[in-house]
This record gives sequence, structure tokens and C-alpha cells, in this order.
Amino acid sequence: MSEKKTKRRDFLFTATYAVGAVGVGATIWPMIDQMNPDASVKALASTEVNVSTVTPGKTITVLWRGKPVFIRRRTQEEIAEAKSVKLEELKHPEKDEDRAKNPEWLVMLGVCTHLGCVPLDQKGDYNGWFCPCHGSHYDISGRIRKGPAPTNMEIPKYEFVDTNTIKIG
Amino acid sequence: MSDHEYIPKSKVGKWFNDRLPLLTLANHLTDYPTPKNLNYWWTFGGILTFCLLTQIVTGLVLAMHYIAHADMAFDSVEHIMRDVNYGWLIRYIHANGASMFFLAVYIHIFRSLFYGSYKSPREIIWIIGIIIYLLMMAAAFMGYVLPWGQMSFWGATVITNLFSAIPLVGEGIVTWLWGGYSVDNPTLTRFFTLHYLIPFLILGLVVLHIWALHVPGNNNPVGIDIKKPSKDTVPFHPYIVIKDGFALLMFMIVFAFFVFYTPNILGHADNYIEADPLVTPAHIVPEWYLLPFYAILRSVPDKLLGVVAMLAAIFILAALPWLDTSKIRSAVFRPLYRQFYWILVVDVLVLGYVGAMPAEGLYLLIARVATVYYFLHFLVVLPVLGLKERTLPVPLSITESVLGGSPNLATAKNKESLNN
Repeated sequence: MSEKKTKRRDFLFTATYAVGAVGVGATIWPMIDQMNPDASVKALASTEVNVSTVTPGKTITVLWRGKPVFIRRRTQEEIAEAKSVKLEELKHPEKDEDRAKNPEWLVMLGVCTHLGCVPLDQKGDYNGWFCPCHGSHYDISGRIRKGPAPTNMEIPKYEFVDTNTIKIG
Repeated sequence: MSDHEYIPKSKVGKWFNDRLPLLTLANHLTDYPTPKNLNYWWTFGGILTFCLLTQIVTGLVLAMHYIAHADMAFDSVEHIMRDVNYGWLIRYIHANGASMFFLAVYIHIFRSLFYGSYKSPREIIWIIGIIIYLLMMAAAFMGYVLPWGQMSFWGATVITNLFSAIPLVGEGIVTWLWGGYSVDNPTLTRFFTLHYLIPFLILGLVVLHIWALHVPGNNNPVGIDIKKPSKDTVPFHPYIVIKDGFALLMFMIVFAFFVFYTPNILGHADNYIEADPLVTPAHIVPEWYLLPFYAILRSVPDKLLGVVAMLAAIFILAALPWLDTSKIRSAVFRPLYRQFYWILVVDVLVLGYVGAMPAEGLYLLIARVATVYYFLHFLVVLPVLGLKERTLPVPLSITESVLGGSPNLATAKNKESLNN
């Protein structure tokens, strides 16, 4: 008995525990997964927006997945300003071309990356957005310039269905 | 509660236990001396605990998605069934779980009736159990209303109208229960609140039920008082834990069968039609576990007396420890009681059957006979039997009855023939 040998009983115990663990896991998973977005929520995952009425220099805010999305039609000066910023000056370096494929249209999630408030339009030190909660300043490309937010405002997945319609999501 | 002083081995354990004796409690529960002859009918206490916890967990989950509003409840249940991840599974577990809960509780109750578990010194355990059973019926009834289907609505209407049988104040009480002049949104929201509350009341009562049980200890198939701990007992862990666990697994197979293969067989198709206050379904019956009482209600041709009879059929159980005059607990040693016991079982099953049938013709006659017999059993048979019955000699210990030399000749002979 001095030598430790795997016995039939050890095998049975291990096998029982293993089956039990799988069973418990399979039982608990539905209880956890039920809190994930359900089919009706996923069905709302994309929104189509008609932007024909938006004139240059205007921003509209639409709701997508329960969050605001800013759609700004930028003026030529604004585009020029956004492109002129050097990447070294940025906390989260991103080129404006990468953020706005069609430079006239900036489509971006209107949620401050600090703690989730909605920034105010055309406010702040950089003529972009300003978050009233904790004072983050964003430029006209939605990039963080000053304040506690760690990253630029997020660009959602979107596409132009035709010249007047943007499909977000 | 403590049969011996328990001192934790570790220093931290001792420090903690001196301040909050949870470890003493855990030790009591593991070492708890249990009669060694408990059969599988004794595993339903554990199974019922499992049922209660299953209902609470699945119920909490459902409450995250359900909307208690007359205009939205029905759709929100369909939303759970179609949209919510695993919502169908969780709802089917909850709905069939109620039936499984009652199946287990009926076995548990009839176990007590057979082995005389309600007798002194276990009356309080029994009465707490009856209260739990009453709360279960209330919770089940209100839960059935929540999907706001046709059966929900009309079941709620019929059951709440039972209170209108009370003279003078009946109508006022019904209006108060409804929060209006018919079953409507106020009724639904309060039923939801109470349906949420009751399981936690039951949980508290279960703790008292088990606490009261641990004072005298378990009854056993022989029904005699035993010394504990002694040769007649085994520690709860691992002996009873393993046995209860195995029985629970078997029970879960039955449970899973209903959930996965026939999830709607115990329900009514009419409840998949949204509640309509203008149309009553052609054939309205309660869930199967309430049918015997429903049969008693319908067998009395008077509104008030019908309600009284139905309630009396439940409350009479609480008086059982005093109606049964026999000093012998287990039916094993009561040859006559044993026969009456089985007649009662059949009687209740018959009541359940006729409760599901239309209340007319032969069914009504059978229901009436069965109702009368139900009350006769408790009010006449049990008191008289205790005084007149010639019981068989009872063994002095469990060991004696197990290791041959059973004083019950028939049992001893049976055992011999099995051995040969």
C-alpha cells in the first residue's frame, strides 16, 4: 500500500466529478446567458438614417442600440482643421481620414470614452465636443484633446446605402 | 440542538465560531444522527428543497424579463419563449417545476400519513408543513395567473370569486382582492408581487420545518423512538447525503423528461390564448395538483358550503395529530389502518380524476361519495381505529427489526422465504 496506485475507485470518483461538473456547467450557462442581449435586441442592431436634411455645419443625433450617434456634416474649414492636426499632438493618434471615410460626414458614437456621458456639440477648447461630466474636450474629428477620457470617441460600423441614407450597424 | 460540544480545529475557525457558530451548525448538519432504516420515501425532503430552490432561481430569471401589466404580460411571456436566450428552457423548468414540486410534496405528505410522522412529538413539524403546502397552493395559483392567458384570467376570476361566498362582506372582499370590479391590471400586479414574496416565506418556513425536525430527529419506517446517536443511527453525511443525492438524480430524470419532451402536457392549451374578459373557455379546470379540492368544491350544491368543505379538506390535515388516536406511528404495525390508508389514497386519486371531468351525472355522484369518504376517514375512521385496532407488536430497536427476529411474523416469514 506504500506505493500510490490509481485504483478503480479513483477512476470512478474522477469520472463522476467530471460528469457532475459538466452537468452543473450546462445548467448554469442558460441562467447566465439569459442576461445577454436577446433576439429582439439583436434585431435592432442596425438603424438606417435619412440625412438629406442635414446642412453643412449641422449635427444630428440618432439613437442606435440605445446610444446616441452623432452625424455631423462638416464644413470645408472644419475638414481642413481636422486634417491639419499633427498626430504627435494627439493622446490617441488617429488620422481624420481613418475616422471619416467621406470627410464631409463624421459618424461617431456620441459617448464620452471616460464614463459614458453624452458630450455637448460645438463646445470646448477645440470647437468639437465637450463632455460636461468631467471636462473632456474633443476636436472636430471627435478625438480626445484634453481631459480625463482615454480614447477618441468611437466610430461605429456604418455605410452609405445611397447618397442620402446612412446605415449604422 | 448540540448533542456534543463541537470545537473547530483551526484557530481562525475557533475565533469565528465563538462569535458566530456557523461551524457548529455545519457540524450538527453533517453529524446529525439519522435512523439507519430510512427508505427512499424519506428522500423527498431533500427533493423538495431542490424544487423550492429551482423555482426561486428560475423565477428570479423570469422576473428579469416578465412585465406585470395586463397589456404586456402575455406578450412578454412569448418574448421569453422566443427571444430571450434559453428563455424557453427556463420557463418550461419553472412551469413544470411547479408540477414536480407538488408531485414531490404529495409523496412527502402521504409518506407522513403512512408512517405516522405527524404524531407526537412531531406535531409542529407537521403543522409547519401544512402551512408550507397552503402557501405553495397560493403561489402556484398566482403564478398561473401571470402569463395572462385565458386559463390565467378565468382561473383567477373563479378562485377569487370563492370569497364572494362569505355572507355580507364577500362581495366587498372580492372587490378588494381585485382592486376593481373585475380581474384586471391591479389584480395582476398584486399577484405578481405576492407570487414573488411567497417562495421566500416558504424558504423561511422550510428552515423552521427542518429545525423542528432536528429536535426529535427523523421518524423512521418502524416508527419507534430511537436513541441518538446509537447503533440505530448513521451520520447524515455521507450516508443520507448520498442516498438523497441518488434519489434526487432519479427525480431529475423525470423532471427533465417533462421539460424536454412534453413541456406542455400538464398545462392547458387555452392558456396560449391571451386573456379575454368577454369569453370564458368552454371547459375550465385548475392545474392537476388542485383537482381533488376542486372536486370537493363542486360536489357540494351550495355556494358557501362548497367553499367551506374545500377549505375544511385542507385544514383538517392540521388537526390530524389529534384526530389519529393511535399510539403506534407506523402503518407497518397497524394492519387495519394500512388498508384504510390505501383506500384514502385511492379516494384522493378518484377525487382528482372527477375534478378534471365535467361536474354532471355519474361524475358528480362519484365526487360526492368520495368527498364524504374523505371526511369520514379523518373524522370517524382515524379516531375510532386508534381505540379499536389490534396493532402488531413493535420492535424495541431498529437493529432488532433489521437483523431478523422481527416481531412482525409476516415480515419475518417473508424475509425467510426471500433468503431461501
